[in-house]
Amino acid sequence: MIEKTGVPSLEQVKQEFPDKVVLKKPKAIIECYKEIPCNPCHTSCPFDAIFIPEDINVRPKIDFDKCTGCGICVYNCPGLAIMVTQIKEGKILMKIPYEFTPLPKVDQTVNVVNRAGEKISEGIVRKVQLSEKQNKTALIHIELDEKYAYEAITIEVLHGS
Amino acid sequence: MRRVEVAIIGSGPAGLAAAKPLLDAGAKVLMIDRSDMLGGQLTKQTHMFFGSEKQHASKRGIDILKLMVDEIQYHENLTVLTETTVVGLYQDRVISCVKHDEYFKIQADYILVASGASEKSLPFENNDLPGVYAAGAVQTLMNVYGVKPGERVLMIGSGNIGLIVSYQLMQAGVEVPMLLEAADTIGGYLVHASKIRRLGVDIRTNMSVKRAIGKASVEAAEIWRLDKHWQGIPGTEEIVPCDTICLSVGLAPLTELLQQAGADIKYVRELGGNVPIINKKYQTSLENVYTCGDVAGIEEASSAMISGEIAGLEIARSAGYKIDNIDQHISRLHDDLTNLRNGPHGEKIRIGLEKVGVK
Ligand SMILES: Cc1cc2nc3c(=O)[nH]c(=O)nc-3n(C[C@H](O)[C@H](O)[C@H](O)COP(=O)(O)OP(=O)(O)OC[C@H]3O[C@@H](n4cnc5c(N)ncnc54)[C@H](O)[C@@H]3O)c2cc1C
Ligand code: SF4
Ligand code: SF4
Repeated sequence: MIEKTGVPSLEQVKQEFPDKVVLKKPKAIIECYKEIPCNPCHTSCPFDAIFIPEDINVRPKIDFDKCTGCGICVYNCPGLAIMVTQIKEGKILMKIPYEFTPLPKVDQTVNVVNRAGEKISEGIVRKVQLSEKQNKTALIHIELDEKYAYEAITIEVLHGS
Repeated sequence: MRRVEVAIIGSGPAGLAAAKPLLDAGAKVLMIDRSDMLGGQLTKQTHMFFGSEKQHASKRGIDILKLMVDEIQYHENLTVLTETTVVGLYQDRVISCVKHDEYFKIQADYILVASGASEKSLPFENNDLPGVYAAGAVQTLMNVYGVKPGERVLMIGSGNIGLIVSYQLMQAGVEVPMLLEAADTIGGYLVHASKIRRLGVDIRTNMSVKRAIGKASVEAAEIWRLDKHWQGIPGTEEIVPCDTICLSVGLAPLTELLQQAGADIKYVRELGGNVPIINKKYQTSLENVYTCGDVAGIEEASSAMISGEIAGLEIARSAGYKIDNIDQHISRLHDDLTNLRNGPHGEKIRIGLEKVGVK
């Protein structure tokens, strides 16, 4: 139970995903399961795809038609509760927020973990984005097998050698 | 004795936010802090903040601090006294200060107590062993001085502070195998909990530390399950190897100065302990003595900034400064506060404020 462990159930996770057909294009998946006074996802999205009303405690609501998968909300969310996911030719391509050093390198193989922190698969780093405006939260693009779409959440922290 | 117009005790987000409207209005402000730098808790917050954009959400605490300090620091009417501890506050608005070994008194027309909060401790066997730290101390070590407190940390407490400090420890390359929470459920925001859980922190509710184990310093912790009344259940003990036990079990408002001056104080559990009785202007029961931020009840930097701004504006008004549209401005700030406290996480605060008579 998420209130006890920090791990959402598979049903909870699936509810935040659109239909798989929609994921042919990259879309933001928001896992912000409880009302908190917070709204940068809403204010940072340049396409008005995420909505939070005047009462900022209301949970964010996404309009997948408007979301372009740009990833701006991903590095603006202080809860690191958003990722962008796309399904393409049997693979998923995720953009995840990452705030550790060293950063992984492009083409590097990394361990992908689930929401309980357990390793589920290996993935390949396709891109590492860290511009000035990202304010120290990097976006890592990871590719892995489609079957992990609802499980994969981040990568194991890399340690400096 | 030195005389000042407005003395602000504490330079955290609350004190800084109060100084701005006062300086803008033309008041002369003396800001006093016992630390060697301005900013209070913000000096150690390297993570992105929550809240709404108006209170700089999504920026990092240390960057918010820079913005706030930049806004006021070169103002000709501002005097700053750092490394200065206020040790006494008297009814006639005289404050006594200690800077290094020097002792002096200041008379102020208005006083704003923005001294924040102190961390609570937890009684358990060997809790005085080196390696048992409060979360604030751990944060200061890591984020201000760049020193790791240890290599393997057992975290106690699942409020936002425990969750965030766990994350920051991992960013510093420290292992955090486990986090214990005495209550049934995680206290802080679930997004923070999920963020560390996916990095491998085993979050366990209904559990606490029984004793620290080690000769010269912590080598392990004995932990156990708690019953409904938060009493340890014999037979459920486990040993967790670690070199640090980090306590993040709550904050208590620093109301000693106000108590000493004879302000009306009430114990309100929901606000963290003893808090001053205040009105909507953040005025205490003492004439021309105001308060704001965590002293008035443990909350957040976002609300500390708003309450500070309200207190600053109210002092400026009381001191006779004309400020355009002040009523609208203050009522907007009150709306912002209400908005922040609207959700389930604001419930405690709402109950607490009702108990002190402000809504
Ligand atoms: C780990 C952690 C994470 C947090 N994360 C968030 C977050 O994401 N979002 C958020 O909104 N809030 C967050 N907070 C809460 C926030 O930091 C506090 O609520 C806020 O700093 C309170 O502001 P303040 O100005 O009242 O007190 P403080 O920031 O505590 O400042 C008080 C100042 O007063 C000084 N002082 C105290 N006594 C004296 C004295 N006798 N003489 C002289 N000076 C004195 C102190 O040195 C200090 O500088 C976090 C807090 C912690 C500890
Ligand atoms: S990914 Fe881009 S378009 Fe989609 S919700 Fe986030 S910021 Fe908006
Ligand atoms: S920014 Fe992140 S944590 Fe804040 S409301 Fe949006 S999704 Fe939730």
